[in-house]
Amino acid sequence: MPDEILGELSDALLVVTVIGYALAMLGFAADSAINRARRAVPAAADAEPAALLATGAVRATPLDPRGLPADPGLAGADTPPPGSVTPFRARAATIAMGLTAGAALIHVASVVLRGFAAGRVPWGNMYEFSSAVALTAVVAFLVLVARGTVDRRLGAFVMVPVVLYLGLAATVLYTPAGPLVPALDSYWIKIHVAAAIVASGAFLLSGVLAVLYLLRSRHDERADPAAAGWSLGAALPSAVALDRASYAVIAFAFPIWTFAVIAGAIWAEAAWGRYWGWDPKETWSFITWVLYAGYLHARSTAGWKGRKAAWVAVAAAIALIIDYYVVNIFVVGLHSYA
Amino acid sequence: MTLLEETRLSTAPAPVPPRPGGRSFRTTLRRGWRQLTSMRTALLLLFLLALAAVPGSFLPQRGLNPLQVQDYIKAHPDLAPWLDRLSLFDVFAAPWFAAVYLLLFVSLIGCLGPRIRLHARALRAAPPRVPAVLSRLPVSDSWQTTQPPEEVVDVAEKALRAARWRVVRREGALSAEKGYLRETGNLLFHLSLVGLLIGIALGGIFGFKGTVLVKEGEGFASAILNYDDISPGRRFAPDRLVPFHLRLKDFRATYRDSGEALTFAADIDWAPGPDAETRPYTVRVNHPLSSGGAKAYLIGHGYSVQVRVRDAAGQVALQEAVPCLPQNPQFLSSCVIKVPDPSTGQQFAFEGVFTPTTVQDPVTRRVGSLHPAPDLPVLTVVGFRGDLGIDSGTPGSVYQLDTSRLTPMGAGAAQQLAPGDTWRLPGGGELTLVGVEEWATFQVTQDPGKLIALLAGMGMVAGLCLSLSVRRRRFWLRALPPGQGPDLGSTVVQAGGLSRSDSEAFAREFHALTHVLRPPTAIDPDHGKA
Repeated sequence: MPDEILGELSDALLVVTVIGYALAMLGFAADSAINRARRAVPAAADAEPAALLATGAVRATPLDPRGLPADPGLAGADTPPPGSVTPFRARAATIAMGLTAGAALIHVASVVLRGFAAGRVPWGNMYEFSSAVALTAVVAFLVLVARGTVDRRLGAFVMVPVVLYLGLAATVLYTPAGPLVPALDSYWIKIHVAAAIVASGAFLLSGVLAVLYLLRSRHDERADPAAAGWSLGAALPSAVALDRASYAVIAFAFPIWTFAVIAGAIWAEAAWGRYWGWDPKETWSFITWVLYAGYLHARSTAGWKGRKAAWVAVAAAIALIIDYYVVNIFVVGLHSYA
Repeated sequence: MTLLEETRLSTAPAPVPPRPGGRSFRTTLRRGWRQLTSMRTALLLLFLLALAAVPGSFLPQRGLNPLQVQDYIKAHPDLAPWLDRLSLFDVFAAPWFAAVYLLLFVSLIGCLGPRIRLHARALRAAPPRVPAVLSRLPVSDSWQTTQPPEEVVDVAEKALRAARWRVVRREGALSAEKGYLRETGNLLFHLSLVGLLIGIALGGIFGFKGTVLVKEGEGFASAILNYDDISPGRRFAPDRLVPFHLRLKDFRATYRDSGEALTFAADIDWAPGPDAETRPYTVRVNHPLSSGGAKAYLIGHGYSVQVRVRDAAGQVALQEAVPCLPQNPQFLSSCVIKVPDPSTGQQFAFEGVFTPTTVQDPVTRRVGSLHPAPDLPVLTVVGFRGDLGIDSGTPGSVYQLDTSRLTPMGAGAAQQLAPGDTWRLPGGGELTLVGVEEWATFQVTQDPGKLIALLAGMGMVAGLCLSLSVRRRRFWLRALPPGQGPDLGSTVVQAGGLSRSDSEAFAREFHALTHVLRPPTAIDPDHGKA
């Protein structure tokens, strides 16, 4: 098939992907909205968390402000008692998950076709890069849901930046498929940029989780949460679970980001004659790295655990966004491959 | 839960209580040192480091783009001198930036010492004794079996050792510990950071960077005087330069129709030393020339105009390829041709532009270039006669013309020459554009700290992977003989464990272990604990 047709097909599939993610987001939101009365039900069916609770020796788990033991895990803890689940609500979440998984598959197809259309790996400019990062974030979310680390209803929140990313990519950042500029023509693009994409997608997800943690913990600190009626914080999973999930994602992504920065330095040495030159993108990659290192440190420092650490994670995610978009668009350096 | 010695899994050094009646200066020093090496200080310094790097990315930096800095200073005459005083145009070499990362490294090294000692001790130490009441641990289990206690403990010990736990048997009870790699990885990561700093410092102090413009057909030998521009490290000695030499045979560039570059290649003949045999090589972006410890990178290119200038007496006053500097992506290049030694008459010079694919605006008569490929090359120049200012002794750029003591030829009308054209100069002499050639700029770097930095980088990634994935955990097992446990008839086995992090995953591991250890005929002494 000629390259132009492949390219157009890839673009069309991306549009379908965005629609799919947006519908999934609505489905997840509908799921949360329909069940308005949130009650934290101790997971009677889960033996291991019960063991944790019974011995009363879990270090970091606080008690709910309402005096009930805070749910130790996500899966099942916020499920209302059986019988109160309306059939529509249960189906809404399942449909939304199905839409997410299906749209992710179409997204993969879009990225792969783009690669065939351009005759190279499909991450050579900002448009392709944004698409790949959004795909990684969605895949990371799906993996976490499958492992039970994250509740699937968080898809409503995760899809927001994903849809924004893709919308931005398809409109403002779009360029037709074409060959790479000579400086990018190296096998390192598969290593450095691929690692950066995986780490960025995961960091994007962890940023969403950190924001959700802050919302939930602010809700927990209110004097009488039940009197506020429906609130966003009440609809979220427990703060402990969100904190743990966001840590798990960052602990996964941080070594990959470190590797990406180092691989970039090795490539820079081959292409530009020096492995580190404080080019604006290199500088912001460094700032992002330092802030995530700060997050990991904060989680082990007295007085910085919990909310402050989550704020550090949010700051680090913002640094990442600046690294990709602000630097590429507003600052001209060696890295300007828009 | 009280922090018993058995349950203390933290690898941070225990806080030292203040010594009563110590000398106040020493106590202050020690307290200051404790503060510096504390996690909180490290955290604040990390944030400070990130903050300090921000202006270095938004303001133009001398190390990256000195011309941009000059433009900024001209554009902001009030603000710029203050920014300059605060070293904001040279952030990463600024003393305050160095202060932040040096303080961070002092804090790091100060923390590493005790932690390495602690970890060395922990690696040799045996896992602690079995706590008295195992059921108080975060994860615990208990079952009854008809096997005698020694057999139970034997089976358990074998299973634990097979799973690579460190096991110690005391008085018929087992203590096991696993996950030392976590702290090993952590220490490896932080030590690698120190190694990285050493590698970077070595490169900065003993390294060298130089750039040189080489015309097609010309040769270049790596010696200090031959470079156009050098930045050696503080302790770099010129005799450390690798004495390779090269000759640029041909520079080739291909472009897309839209003008974007597709490939760059410089065909050279080179040799690693003055007496060695030359061999061919093609230097490309991402494929530098490597000779000994030096690397030569292709970093730029442009056009040079091959000109022949005759003076009024008909003698050849200049015959060479004059490099022109590109001004835009379509390679409209500025040219300055100086003729300082005519056999008769005044010095003269030409200044103008070279356009590889020429297009001329019919209204304004301005020339521009549509495309970087030399499809329609034209040299457009204005001639001058007078004093070039070369003999005055003040240094000037070969690419700039000082017209203060020059008068334009022929009322300053610009002349256009295609390759092969000759311009009869008013007042005698002629300028012939013989042809168009190309030049390439090479950057040569020597960095003795590169390998150390690379190894340190690899150590960082390896250390991180270990320290973020391995968990430190402990497991205890005790078998009470019949008559001692709650049930007088059979052996009661008690097991318990704890983990420093990721309690869910450890709970799963614990239950997998006990599932393997307990025989299928075991009876639960406590109801409800599945």
